[in-house]
Amino acid sequence: MKIVKHSFDGVIVGAGGAGLRAAIEAAPHMKLAVITKLYPTRSHTGAAQGGMSAALANVEEDNWNWHAFDTVKGSDYLADQPAVDILCKEAIDAVIELEHWGLPFSRLDNGKIAQRRFGGHTVKEGESPAFRACYAADRTGHMILQTLYQKCVSMGVTFFDEFQVLDIKIEDGICQGVIAYELATGDIHIFETRAVTFATGGFGKIFKVSSNAHSLTGDGPGILYQKGIPLEDMEFYQFHPTGIYRLGILLSEAARGEGGILRNKDGERFMERYAPSIKDLAPRDMVSRAIATEISEGNGAGPDSDYVYLDLTHLGAETIKKKLPDITDFVRTYVKIEPIEEPIPVQPTAHYAMGGIPTDVYSRVLSDEKGTVLPGVYAAGEAACVSVHGANRLGTNSLLDIVVFGKRAGQSMVDYVTQTKPNSISDSASDDLSKKIQNLTDKEHTDEFSVANIRKDLQESMEENAKIFRTKETLEKQTEILEELRDRYENVTIFDKSKVHNSELVEAIELDYLLDMSEATVASALARNESRGAHSRQDFPDRDDTNFMKHSFAFKKDNTANLKYKDVELGKYEPMERKY
Amino acid sequence: MDINLKILRYDPESDRKGHWENYIVDAEPEERILDLLHKIKWFEDGSLSFRRSCAHGVCGSDAMVINGENMLACQVLVKEVGNPIKIEPIRGLPVVKDLIVDMEPFFDSYKKVMPYLINEKEPGDRERIQSPEDRDKFEDTTKCILCAACTTSCPVFWTAETYVGPAAIVNAHRFVFDSRDEGTKQRLEILKDVNGAFRCRTAFNCTSACPRGIQVTKAIEDIKRETLLNS
Repeated sequence: MKIVKHSFDGVIVGAGGAGLRAAIEAAPHMKLAVITKLYPTRSHTGAAQGGMSAALANVEEDNWNWHAFDTVKGSDYLADQPAVDILCKEAIDAVIELEHWGLPFSRLDNGKIAQRRFGGHTVKEGESPAFRACYAADRTGHMILQTLYQKCVSMGVTFFDEFQVLDIKIEDGICQGVIAYELATGDIHIFETRAVTFATGGFGKIFKVSSNAHSLTGDGPGILYQKGIPLEDMEFYQFHPTGIYRLGILLSEAARGEGGILRNKDGERFMERYAPSIKDLAPRDMVSRAIATEISEGNGAGPDSDYVYLDLTHLGAETIKKKLPDITDFVRTYVKIEPIEEPIPVQPTAHYAMGGIPTDVYSRVLSDEKGTVLPGVYAAGEAACVSVHGANRLGTNSLLDIVVFGKRAGQSMVDYVTQTKPNSISDSASDDLSKKIQNLTDKEHTDEFSVANIRKDLQESMEENAKIFRTKETLEKQTEILEELRDRYENVTIFDKSKVHNSELVEAIELDYLLDMSEATVASALARNESRGAHSRQDFPDRDDTNFMKHSFAFKKDNTANLKYKDVELGKYEPMERKY
Repeated sequence: MDINLKILRYDPESDRKGHWENYIVDAEPEERILDLLHKIKWFEDGSLSFRRSCAHGVCGSDAMVINGENMLACQVLVKEVGNPIKIEPIRGLPVVKDLIVDMEPFFDSYKKVMPYLINEKEPGDRERIQSPEDRDKFEDTTKCILCAACTTSCPVFWTAETYVGPAAIVNAHRFVFDSRDEGTKQRLEILKDVNGAFRCRTAFNCTSACPRGIQVTKAIEDIKRETLLNS
């Protein structure tokens, strides 16, 4: 195995919105490398559709405090309120900055940035839905990703495309560098660096029906988790209400923001029963539960009564063409339905991890529940948990999160690099990864232990036992299944032994992370005997503020997780019953 | 039903040149071609190599030649292409392995046209104003996902790899027609070159190939016209 050594002041792992935003901040001040297992423009930020909220007040009166109130209420009071204040206050400048860098936002007649309604966003603390989401048709994420990449190109940022980081070296609590695998050659690259930001995105591929890309396998959280860094709030996983039936492809909440209505098999607008005031624009956890309840009560449509309808037929061809062109194209392509004329079959789809690598508001990674900072290591975006989303993220706040906390990660890297001296990484730093790869290529392949078979069983069982509704029984059952899968994984084999673009080898290593993410999720969910936000325990249907106003921290211990807790940071909003 | 896939394969570690391999895959008519490739890779032959990520036509990883035409494997269903299905790597870029080509020359061309907003004026602390009409002028070319389906369908590009190609011109168009941008002169200077927009012979292959429905040939014509008006 060829080993190549590089030396940088800072390395960013992942080139989606958070990684690129961090790069723009850090690149002028240090020798920086951005490493991505894809090409930057193929990152999953590009799949985000509906918008990015900021209280610009371009359409109606608005105030970032109202945005913060909605975010905290939407989080079911688990978000840390000082962090939410930062998110919502800095949102305004973040949107303006993207516009200045060229982001082609849709415009109002007066030429200002257009804003639309979105789930859970209200004016005056719940009075009525707010026009707060700044958008570029229904491809806002695509335009953010393109704009940030364009900015990086103009700055001459150094990229290592199709390099996959698979290990970090931390010695005496200090980061020494990261180890990457070059997909095109199979070579190992040691990146000596004292500052690393993980911006690797989510891990939606632990579930079978998911809006996530194949590449979303929790690499960043997995690498750190295996080094003893905890994962925060892993029991909170968001299911987006409107995935295309069976495929899970996302149909933006913007569809409901523009007036779309959810209907059951009888054509009833069932959200009127679940959220009388804001109906179809209730937060995602509530809408997904409502859909799951309708289906379990026999009100689902189709031969298996397992979906509901997203009805856009009353919006008119012009609105659909102008404001929802991409998602309606997905429907035409994959379901062969004309959404202008027919309602669309949808079901909830695994979408977003509220949990992840614990960080403070400076995007610094925390190595325990007491808030100890891990020097030189940062995380931002879906891979991280600040926590600004708490138990349930509001739509549009993820695009905000990536730019606000991506920027902060970049600033923190600059601070750290200017205050420290380079350290040196040993040539043996890549030994662990080399051994892992050698082991995979040496073993003879058998179908029983193939990556795809183990992963299929993982995704199907997580879908069955740990999705929208959970109980002690389903979670204990899943714990046992995960133990068996982990045993099988110890013997995992691959068919392809080649060096050039051996994606099967990479999938085998990613499966390790998927198992880690699942183990942490299930252990955290089993220990939380309450229902809050996206975590819904049928055996504990109520929120329990006395015992659970706290964040979970899962530490890897053998093949399960050891749990510790940290109190939620409160602020001006007192927890109250969450009604819409 | 059984689908017969013929895939042009090449392993740089053992093959001198590409060869066809046949696979029979059980598939539903509604499945994506990408789903079929995954069935082969995951359950039959793990060495089959191709790029993919989002699986719904927005990341641009899986452009390939399917029954002779450039498409995204995740955006086309079995029932739309019939049986058998022939799959080859996109043309005009060096094949690295199986359906994976070297994308570097493609991204180099993209970078040549200065694909970023150029405006030296201090924008102030609020957004620049842009009318919906001005915004509409470049709406179509903002949709590009850099999948290379257009460029690698272009007969001029096949014979002259120095030609910047349709995708780069589309990305120049996105800024040339943006009322906020002031880099038109510099970009048109680049596109006036012998390897620029005038190399286009209006074959329209790029427009048919674009998985995002961008009117690529029209964008190239817009750039040619703008160049003549500016010279």
